[in-house]
Amino acid sequence: MSQPHPGSPNPPESVGPPESVGQPESGDQPESKSALGREPLAAQSPAAQSPAVRLREGRGRIRLNVAFFALCVATAAISVLTLIFLLSSILREGVPYLTPTLMTSGPQPVPEEAGIWPALTGTIWVCTLCGLLTLPIGIATAILLEEFRPRNRWGAMFHGLIQLNITNLAGVPSVVYGILGLTAFVGMFGLFQVPGASGAPAFEQGVQYYDQFFSEGERAVLVPVADRDAPMSEVREGMTAYDVDLEPIEVHVIEPGGDYPEDPEVLAYTLFSDAEAGRIDKRAWYYFRLPFGRGVLTGALTLMLVILPIVIISSQEALRAVPSSLRDGARGLGATPWQVVWNVSLPAAIPGIMTGAILAMSRAIGEAAPILIIAGIVYISRGPQHLMDDFTVMPMQIFNWTGRPQEGFHGIAAAAIIVLLLILLSFNAVAVLIRQKLQKPLS
Amino acid sequence: MRLSLLPLILVIAAVGCSSKIAPTEQAEEQAAEKITVNRELTGDVSIDGSSTVYPISEAAAAQFQKRYPNVGVTVGQSGTGGGFKRFTKGETDISDASRSIKQEEFESARQSGAAFVEMPIAFDGLTIVVHPKNDWVDQITVDELKKIFTAEGQAKNWSDVREGWPEKEIAIFAPGTDSGTFDYFNEVVAGEDGQMRSDMSTSEDDNVLVTGVSGSPEAIGFFGVAYYEENKDKLRAVPVVNPQSGEAVLPNPETIESGEYAPFSRPLFIYVNADSLRRPEVKRFAQFYLEQAPELAAETGYVALPASVYDQVRTNLQSRKTGTHYLTEEGESRSGPVTEVYAPENLHSF
Repeated sequence: MSQPHPGSPNPPESVGPPESVGQPESGDQPESKSALGREPLAAQSPAAQSPAVRLREGRGRIRLNVAFFALCVATAAISVLTLIFLLSSILREGVPYLTPTLMTSGPQPVPEEAGIWPALTGTIWVCTLCGLLTLPIGIATAILLEEFRPRNRWGAMFHGLIQLNITNLAGVPSVVYGILGLTAFVGMFGLFQVPGASGAPAFEQGVQYYDQFFSEGERAVLVPVADRDAPMSEVREGMTAYDVDLEPIEVHVIEPGGDYPEDPEVLAYTLFSDAEAGRIDKRAWYYFRLPFGRGVLTGALTLMLVILPIVIISSQEALRAVPSSLRDGARGLGATPWQVVWNVSLPAAIPGIMTGAILAMSRAIGEAAPILIIAGIVYISRGPQHLMDDFTVMPMQIFNWTGRPQEGFHGIAAAAIIVLLLILLSFNAVAVLIRQKLQKPLS
Repeated sequence: MRLSLLPLILVIAAVGCSSKIAPTEQAEEQAAEKITVNRELTGDVSIDGSSTVYPISEAAAAQFQKRYPNVGVTVGQSGTGGGFKRFTKGETDISDASRSIKQEEFESARQSGAAFVEMPIAFDGLTIVVHPKNDWVDQITVDELKKIFTAEGQAKNWSDVREGWPEKEIAIFAPGTDSGTFDYFNEVVAGEDGQMRSDMSTSEDDNVLVTGVSGSPEAIGFFGVAYYEENKDKLRAVPVVNPQSGEAVLPNPETIESGEYAPFSRPLFIYVNADSLRRPEVKRFAQFYLEQAPELAAETGYVALPASVYDQVRTNLQSRKTGTHYLTEEGESRSGPVTEVYAPENLHSF
């Protein structure tokens, strides 16, 4: 900027160059003359052989560029600062509550004793199941949509309809999927309705019902019965009975008004012949029922609905990114469509598919709304034991704690958020690792 | 000298030791006495319903499971209405409710044969709160609340509510329309047919209301007394004029239990399925819940009911007297203090 200033003693010299540059341009001279203030820049530019007008525009261009850059920095800074603020406030509040108790204990009325163990195991169960269900279906759908495009008109229309629906479904609020899950999986559209008792399964496998009696020695006596609706068992000598650990025992029966035994060992399994019982059930790890009810499987299926469109769309993108020259090459060698998919497209697309799938799983972990609709349980003292077991998930537990009046619960909610964030971060780390390990140059 | 000192030292040492040991032994004994673990009882108890009652049920379940570790208790929070929907179909054993059962719900229970025992377990005092800097609201009447909160009242400024109050715009904060708290307030202030105004800031999370009211000197809001107790430094509770006595009363455990804090103290209920009560685990849980109710209520920020009500509940539970006290034979809802409504002659059975 060593050029003479407009206010400097020798303006005529400095006016010269812009005019000489401006002249070839049509009819903009008066303006360029009057715009003395812009000379210095213009004076620099003859070497570039650009007209003054374009230079002036160019200065606007550069200014715009600077402004755009500043906007980008500001936007990024706002989001990063918000994140830093959120994270730091959660860390500040939550770190003091990150104790072994938090990881091992269940929900408790006192914040210091409360923990996330049942919610954490519930989340792991639901999300693992959800992943196992979603990945095959999602990837298969993407392969159908990308690799087996129909050639005739009706096929193309059908294809287009599916594609349109999937794209739309990706934007449906998750709470709607919760309601869908409630109808489709919890009650199965009422197809297996048992007359009289709603919620009772029409079909069950892996469950044994018992009548629970209490002996005169305050010990449990379990008498196996055929099914849920069997008549209450009557107490009689020599009936099959078990103690609380399901070890066979011999029941001693006395009549009302008869002799009452004194020996505590006899009393332990002594029942009056008119003793009252309650029906309980013991479920095996492979317990299965129809309709599914409000168990882990229903949760996983509902979350599957939430993330399936995301998995399909991201898998489609990954498959689309595989260069068609690879497929053409394989076809040229005489490969069948199946061989092309299995040996060429799919291996090349796996990194992209896995990244999309894991990001979708991160979403599933954080969902509370659909789970609230299908299960709604918050207090539970143990993790799920089988596919149909009651469960809760971390977002539900966090949601409950943040709504409590006591300050301590907000602290453990923050601690639980930290744990959830760590799980999410490790998921994303796995996504990055998979991408780096599997990504090979494609052409 | 030595010989005479030795026993003295021994005695001092012994006393010192014993005084040190005795309390811990006592404490251990007490702890052992308090929690006798019973592993014999097995089974499941499923509870769902109001999120207001949830903390009490959670505390009951947690303490019950310390004594009966083989009983699986689950507590959900689908809301009072959502809980009744499942309960009246017989899906759950116990339903938490922050209001009494409605006629439709009672009918639905009758149809599916889900008879129940109605158990009031604690009081919740709805607290009207303002910002601490608000120095003009010394007390408030139900009519004035009507002006602020209902669709017909539509007060815009504080001066519209009572003459002499400043001409400042009122910022209104209320719980979400799905909550039992909102329902109860609506019934008391707007009446059965009246409507609450729609231009208020509402939130399902009462902590948001606390933040809202504590952030604006012109604000007014209401929520359960537990939220006020935890945020006393940020909020000021407004004494409400009792329509019967004409005296302004502040909500606290004494005034809520005695019924002086009217009409904003409401009973919280659990409803226990009568068929489920035949199961030993449900029966013991219900008994345990009732025994512990006064303590649990105080721990979770609520207020215990008068002992006479608990006695009545115990009688009903023991003899499994099913039905509700809050509906007449004609299906009209009954209202009034729990001590009057929850009486044997008001029982509307199935």
